[in-house]
Amino acid sequence: MREGTMDALLLVEDIHKRYGKEEVLKGVSFQLQKGETKVIIGPSGTGKSTLLRCINRLTEPDRGRVWLEGVEVTSRKVDINRIRAQIGFVFQDFNLFTHLAALDNVRLGPMRVLGMRRDQATKLAREELARVGLAGKEDAFPAQLSGGQQQRVSIARALAMNPKLILFDEPTSALDPELIGEVLEVMIQLAKDGMTMIVVTHEMGFARSVADEIIFMEKGVIVEQGPPAQLFSAPRHPRTAEFLSKITELYGETEG
Amino acid sequence: MEFFLKLGQVGQHLPMLMRASVVNLELLGALLVIGFLIGTLVALLQVYGGRVLSTGASVYEWVFRSIPALVLLFLFYYGPSHFGLDIQSFLAASLALGFRSSAYQSQIFRGAIQAIPSGQMMAARALGMSKLSAIRHVILPQAFRLAIPGWSNEYSSVVKDTTLAYAVTLNEIMRYAKTIMDRQYDLAMATFIVVALVFLVFTYSGNALLGLVERRFRIPGLQMPGATGAVL
Repeated sequence: MREGTMDALLLVEDIHKRYGKEEVLKGVSFQLQKGETKVIIGPSGTGKSTLLRCINRLTEPDRGRVWLEGVEVTSRKVDINRIRAQIGFVFQDFNLFTHLAALDNVRLGPMRVLGMRRDQATKLAREELARVGLAGKEDAFPAQLSGGQQQRVSIARALAMNPKLILFDEPTSALDPELIGEVLEVMIQLAKDGMTMIVVTHEMGFARSVADEIIFMEKGVIVEQGPPAQLFSAPRHPRTAEFLSKITELYGETEG
Repeated sequence: MEFFLKLGQVGQHLPMLMRASVVNLELLGALLVIGFLIGTLVALLQVYGGRVLSTGASVYEWVFRSIPALVLLFLFYYGPSHFGLDIQSFLAASLALGFRSSAYQSQIFRGAIQAIPSGQMMAARALGMSKLSAIRHVILPQAFRLAIPGWSNEYSSVVKDTTLAYAVTLNEIMRYAKTIMDRQYDLAMATFIVVALVFLVFTYSGNALLGLVERRFRIPGLQMPGATGAVL
């Protein structure tokens, strides 16, 4: 345990990842406090998604360490399945289990990973589906739901594990514009309820209104990080200013 | 006219032919179960096994897909006696045809497993499920659904292969038909027409049953099993 990290829920330290010749992550470090929402922004291909996947080791980092509440996630000795059960992950493409109805998608984790009894897991799954505004959709299969509904089921699936934090990997990028709002609404409510979250997104309105801190990444490193007000009004780095003006022009400011 | 008379004469052998055909069904059941279990295992090893295990599985698949069914039957029936082992013809035939079918079934299952988007496995692992648990609860339930059309093809193929077991003295329908022919050569044509009809029924009912299974387990909202989830 290092100095000054006792209070951090998540500590990411000097993460490196290389794919062949290209070094996607060149030493990324940051901390996350309990209840904090961090938003990671930056151009495509700068390693944002890879960084998220290195945190729960869906991708193995080449170098660097990750700590969750003082437990080293990157240790060879750790039971990674037990760690992953504590970290929710929401994918860009939802990745719902195609053969299972919404209810089964949500209760599979609690039953098979946490060993929860069926009736308990069912009750919990119903509550989480209601929490994301999908009461009444318990028996719908993924193919019968809109993209926005599917993504909300996948958020409910993450919530049902009672995670210590949730990682969102561009959760609205695969959605039609008119479906983005319903997903962002759920995420905003989660942030207000005190959920700890890291969100990779291009939704600047969301970043501005919800993030406690924004991290701007480019070419595998953190260029600048700070509270939204500072980044948007007085960015210290010219690249940050350039990116923010371009992205705001492109995506506008939804949910601002 | 004369031909229908012959069919009538075969009629007296019908109960025995039907009884013999039950042996074909028993052999079919045994070889399909062996083929299903080993085929699933071979497919999983090929996809998830790592280099050593997947190579081993591929060698197994290559061997049993390459050797003619009759040669396998003879190897399994006459082979053990060389080592002083007495093997019953039913067991020998079940193993020979079962291993052979497992090689073909493995490729049906491998294709089905690989047709499932990789994000499914990733989402399961992200929940904290072990690889085995993810395979059991997420991958295989989808793969088996996708495999049904290919599998019914395999069924149609092996149901007919059961007649080959007559070569290793199994008292199945083909062997009984041959004894009728040997005793009364003029009944040959009519006898084998009856045998042919039996297999028409076996193939039809098997495929009808599999069609029912396919519809029963169809995933709501998907046009076809395996189609990506489109917004309705």
